[in-house]
Amino acid sequence: MDIKNIKSEFPIFNQKINGKPLVYLDSANSSQKPKAVIDRITKFYETEYSNVGRSVHTLAVKSTNRFEETRDKVKEYINAKHREEIIFTKGATESINFIASSYGEKFINKGDEIILTELEHHSNYVPWNFLREKKGAIIKFASMNKQGEVEVDEISKLITKKTKIIAITHLSNVTGAIIPIKKIVDLAQKNKIPVLVDGTQGAPHLKIDMQDLGCDFYAISCHKMYGPNGLGILYAKKSWLDVLPPYQGGGGMIDEVTKSSITYAETPTKFEAGTMQTAEVVSFSEAINFIERIGIENILAHENEVMEYGLEKLKKNNSINIIGSPKNRGSVICFTIKGVHPHDIATILDDDGVAIRAGHHCCQILHEKLGIAATARASLGVYNTKEDIDILCNAIENCKKVFNI
Amino acid sequence: MELKELYQEIILDHGKNPRNKGKCNQFNHEAKGHNPLCGDKVHIFLKLNSEKKVEDLSFEGEGCAISMASASILTEIIKGKEYNLAKKIIEDFLNMIKKEIKITINSLTDDQKTTIMSLSGVKKYPMRVKCATMAWHTLTAALEEKK
Repeated sequence: MDIKNIKSEFPIFNQKINGKPLVYLDSANSSQKPKAVIDRITKFYETEYSNVGRSVHTLAVKSTNRFEETRDKVKEYINAKHREEIIFTKGATESINFIASSYGEKFINKGDEIILTELEHHSNYVPWNFLREKKGAIIKFASMNKQGEVEVDEISKLITKKTKIIAITHLSNVTGAIIPIKKIVDLAQKNKIPVLVDGTQGAPHLKIDMQDLGCDFYAISCHKMYGPNGLGILYAKKSWLDVLPPYQGGGGMIDEVTKSSITYAETPTKFEAGTMQTAEVVSFSEAINFIERIGIENILAHENEVMEYGLEKLKKNNSINIIGSPKNRGSVICFTIKGVHPHDIATILDDDGVAIRAGHHCCQILHEKLGIAATARASLGVYNTKEDIDILCNAIENCKKVFNI
Repeated sequence: MELKELYQEIILDHGKNPRNKGKCNQFNHEAKGHNPLCGDKVHIFLKLNSEKKVEDLSFEGEGCAISMASASILTEIIKGKEYNLAKKIIEDFLNMIKKEIKITINSLTDDQKTTIMSLSGVKKYPMRVKCATMAWHTLTAALEEKK
């Protein structure tokens, strides 16, 4: 597959935005969907749809099989040991809430410590705050350095006998820093502390191999991986899932229910209460097929090439300040323009068909540390090209014109 | 061009050179507003005298050109107005932004009407409406602040 022509696989690009071709630089927010994924959703609803895991009729069997086939596919894709280690959720946010709630309920008590970093998205802070409020747990933040990275030493410093979990992003959605997860897991294992990785930004761009990373929990957001909206994955080591209490109760997750007591199903069913996102799960198989057809290494190499081109071009512009300079950066460029607020940048860029995000990107701790309230963010996907960067840079010039800079 | 309607000279000017910025002397009412989605912040200070007149009015804050210009314009327009008239202007302003209603307040000068109308460009940018209205909602909160 020629990566240069990949835009043609995404129907969203067959339109003009404000009369201009769409330059989509907001994939860290959500990625666009290839036709194969969209078609799979339609085909599923037209020919195979039924609820899964309950009825015995033909359609129920079909949809249950398709649903479980995706679990197998995800297991292979992330190299999990067991298919039962793949739990479907409504997003990476729910995956993290699941662990904060379930693991937290059982293992975190008053005075116990949770290590996060200053890079974390609110979705990997707020769920832990619930434990701080409810149970009196303590949250510690590993510092970000000037380059926008978190060094292993910063985490090492915070570990005590009270540390009950380390929850850390794989790839910062603001500075783009790729975090050395393996080293952190090594450190944590020596201290017998489980590690949760927020893979929201990591999974769409990096090769993710659970045996290689060795983490206990890994949260994935499918809509950022060219997959459908409303779907996430929690990978958790089976040894944890066997002991963790259910996160939600409802239909489908029980073993036996009587007036006096309830027993629960085995994992993964135990953790998938109620009717699941059937078409979303089924079509996510096509998103993985899409990534595998190109190869994640090729996607990463392509995105890096476009990103390096963008960084170089933006650095030449004196009015632009690029946030962070991590040695290992993935697919994200946050920037500010002197004299123009990021929201104004985003509105003016949109007039040129360029979609970026502006704001604190759900990372207020990080922005507080930077001493700025908001940044503009251009983030890449497989469909972006150097030409997109050229259009972005021209649009930035228009932005400066509007503000007489 | 809609973009030009949004970023009119008056707005760029107020955004760049905000009027009445800082804490005004002897303020006796204040309120804070912020937009949790984008992080824009505004803090309104006002002195309401014994005759229920807004004797002094100022703001602090940070945010986009639209939100800062809107706060700056607000202080210029409302300063010196009597409480009930201030409330009427706020109501008119919010109606102008949310609906297709023109500002009708007779006590405003033509210049003031032009200035306040310059913010109506946000109507075509639904995601930016909050930028323009935040300061005005915060002013309401400051006026209503119980002592």
